[in-house]
Amino acid sequence: MSDAIVRGFVPQAKARPPRTPETHYLNVEYGVKSWLLTTDHKRIAILYLIAVTALFLLGGAAATMIRLNLMTPRGELLPADTYNKLFSAHGIIMVWFFLVPVVPTVLGNFILPMMVGARDLAFPKLNLISWYIFTIGGIITLWAILAGGVDTGWTFYTPFSTKAARTNVIPTIIGIFISGFSSILTGLNFIATLHRMRAPGMTWTRMPLFLWSSYATSVILLLATPVLAMALILVGVERAWGIGIFDPDLGGDPILFQHLFWFYSHPVVYVMVLPAMGIVSEIITCFSRKPIFGYIFVAWASVGIAVLGFLVWAHHMFVAGQSVYSAQVFSALSYLVAVPSAIKVFNWTATLYKGSISFETPMLFALGFIALFTMGGLTGLMLAALGVDMHVHDTYFIIAHFHFIMVGGTVMAYMAGLHYWWPKMTGRMYSDFLSKLSALIIFVGFILTFLPQFVLGYLGMPRRYHVYPPEFQILNVMSSAGASILAVGYLLPLIYLIWSLFAGKAAGPNPWGATGLEWQTPSPPPPHNFDETPVVTSGPYEYATEEITDVH
Amino acid sequence: MSTNRGLVAHHFEDIEQQRDVEAFGMWMFLATEILIFGAVFTAYTVYRLRYAADFEAASSKLNVLIGSINTIVLLTSSLTMVLAVHATRAGRPKMLMICLLLTIFFGLTFFGFKAVEYYEDYEEALVPGLRFDPGEWAERSPPANAGHVQLMLVFYYIMTGLHAVHMIVGIGLLTWLVYRARRGTLTPARYMAVEVVGLYWHFVDIVWIFLLPLLYLAGTHRASDLHF
Amino acid sequence: MSEQLTPTKTYYSVFAALVALTLLTVGVSFFELGNWHTTVGILIGVVKASLVALFFMHLLHSSKLSWLAALAGLFWLVILMGLTLSDYLTRQVLDF
Ligand SMILES: [Cu+2]
Repeated sequence: MSDAIVRGFVPQAKARPPRTPETHYLNVEYGVKSWLLTTDHKRIAILYLIAVTALFLLGGAAATMIRLNLMTPRGELLPADTYNKLFSAHGIIMVWFFLVPVVPTVLGNFILPMMVGARDLAFPKLNLISWYIFTIGGIITLWAILAGGVDTGWTFYTPFSTKAARTNVIPTIIGIFISGFSSILTGLNFIATLHRMRAPGMTWTRMPLFLWSSYATSVILLLATPVLAMALILVGVERAWGIGIFDPDLGGDPILFQHLFWFYSHPVVYVMVLPAMGIVSEIITCFSRKPIFGYIFVAWASVGIAVLGFLVWAHHMFVAGQSVYSAQVFSALSYLVAVPSAIKVFNWTATLYKGSISFETPMLFALGFIALFTMGGLTGLMLAALGVDMHVHDTYFIIAHFHFIMVGGTVMAYMAGLHYWWPKMTGRMYSDFLSKLSALIIFVGFILTFLPQFVLGYLGMPRRYHVYPPEFQILNVMSSAGASILAVGYLLPLIYLIWSLFAGKAAGPNPWGATGLEWQTPSPPPPHNFDETPVVTSGPYEYATEEITDVH
Repeated sequence: MSTNRGLVAHHFEDIEQQRDVEAFGMWMFLATEILIFGAVFTAYTVYRLRYAADFEAASSKLNVLIGSINTIVLLTSSLTMVLAVHATRAGRPKMLMICLLLTIFFGLTFFGFKAVEYYEDYEEALVPGLRFDPGEWAERSPPANAGHVQLMLVFYYIMTGLHAVHMIVGIGLLTWLVYRARRGTLTPARYMAVEVVGLYWHFVDIVWIFLLPLLYLAGTHRASDLHF
Repeated sequence: MSEQLTPTKTYYSVFAALVALTLLTVGVSFFELGNWHTTVGILIGVVKASLVALFFMHLLHSSKLSWLAALAGLFWLVILMGLTLSDYLTRQVLDF
């Protein structure tokens, strides 16, 4: 074996400890203005990181209140209408201001241009504008939620949202509408970058899988978000005008709103999950020291998910009153989406097989993702079946299912990606022990929170109620206990990651011995990422395999 | 590349790449716009098929003359817009200025006609929630369902209103171009700004091309419908 | 993008065609067509929109990427309309 790169193993600290470069994107300029007017994709990613983390904590606080209230069957902690406002706030903040933006705008913004070997995104100013749009939308929504709140749930179903609700529906809708344009502009920016800014030699099939999944995500952001924007405008108009197109008094159809809403809101699940899958593909190969199994299948599975994801939305409306014929079609199509998702899971497993696996923190989170996402996906298949869905519709079974996908999937993968690229973003290593501990706590806390909810739902506990029959108490207490463990798991990284900024060891350009252009530049990277435009001559995961087979 | 010094932003390799990306960016935004309007068009189609007779009855009451004249006005503005792009590329600043101002002029003309039309709609009690007479529709022969008629009119205001918002944005962009043209920064090498605004302006025109048959021409007209 | 300049004559001809088609579509609405008014109007609208897109928006000479974006927008519009209508057009058929 050559001593330059010991393939098959994570390189240990060399004789000379890694050093931080003299100038990098963080210290090239100082001051508030240099941040608020920056067009550097890396600084914008940090701006997003701050905004999104703050919103995550707010959404988490709402979840905490919900779980505390559900400790007792009579829900003594909160009055019913406060409870309604809290679960609405939780859903609205977590979906639109955390889960949808988190991976694309934080990790995508930071890593995507470097992965393609570009100096920046195609439209750097637009990128900054996106952040401002997002922030303005976020502030308006938060104001609406704090000053009175909204009690429609995150789904804004008509005619409740248009006629009956007496809460801040219109300001909330305006906030979501505005932040939607930040999604659209981010998607547009990514697609343009991936088409036109790739480094010489970076062909489509040499792109890391995170880029494929980012592309698929961007397509969804670009083509689904406008329909949500319009659906929300129609709700707002009907509320303000007192007359509108979902109004049953005129012969309007409230279910039409659900069509428009879910045309966006089903595909948006893949906005949350596709980039998460991309992260996991990067990490699994890196810490198995093997090229990904079936690269081309994993790549095209992302595109397949993005397109098929648009054909299944009415599986949220099986009991809403749509035609029976149409429900059957949507049920069948929903099964179809499972195929590309399963391809990915099988390929990750095959990549792990006979790999030289090391359990670094990002890998722990990524493995957690695979386990929880698989459970979320399989219960999704149960829900795609018309008959089962009739039984468990609007119960905690649904809640458990989509939290397995969104928290067990997206948040887990986001944590994986954050820990994977943190050394690149900050140039510092975090505490190995504390980070592994937090991965463990999150996994255990998650299972304890959401596994009982499957049972609760199957036994018939409906969602969105602030009281429940006493026989459900044990399972609810289990769930609440799990949530408090989960909260510790999420707060821990906040501490050691911030701590690492001051006391962490210098990471060096490539602490994980990973492939990919982003690791070939110093950590933290220089303002324009690369001193010379890199030239790509090989595929993305050139981890040599022959040495590995000799190990055992 | 040396001839384009200062023209190319730092993160692009050359001017061709930059122009390509700029046009592609606007086209992607227009794809988004297709779905923004598409959502309302879909909703409209659902009811148009369900309540065909009532929608046709309501459509016949709209002012087809003003609708048609406004279509021609917008098409003319599209012509002057594309001539503005041509003038930029051909390096004729005076022609460019004239074309931009004409485009704005036709845009404002559209609003003039639209204002007259909205006022007349109000006079004729065609504004649900504000001035509307359900009895009038029930007494017609054949009678029309006043609820469905209101539904149609709600679509009329939402669709034309959404289109008008886009027109206002477009006129804002054109004003920005006029400002740049005055400062002389719209040289033939920098024609993409005009081209990209043009793409947006033409798209808004295309939306109106479909609003005309959907809203104004859904039912059979009589010669007496042609009035201001 | 196109390198050659389209002669202005093309623009004037396209404009003339657009005005003619507008007059045609309005003219047709004065004939008794039963339920077919909207269909005819949309068809003429598609022709007009194609003319605007191909010539005024220079799609004819644009890169494949611009085509990709335009067609993606239309394709997704078809999905939205098609699947939504798959519900509304079958409400009566299989209502047990
Ligand atoms: Cu779904």
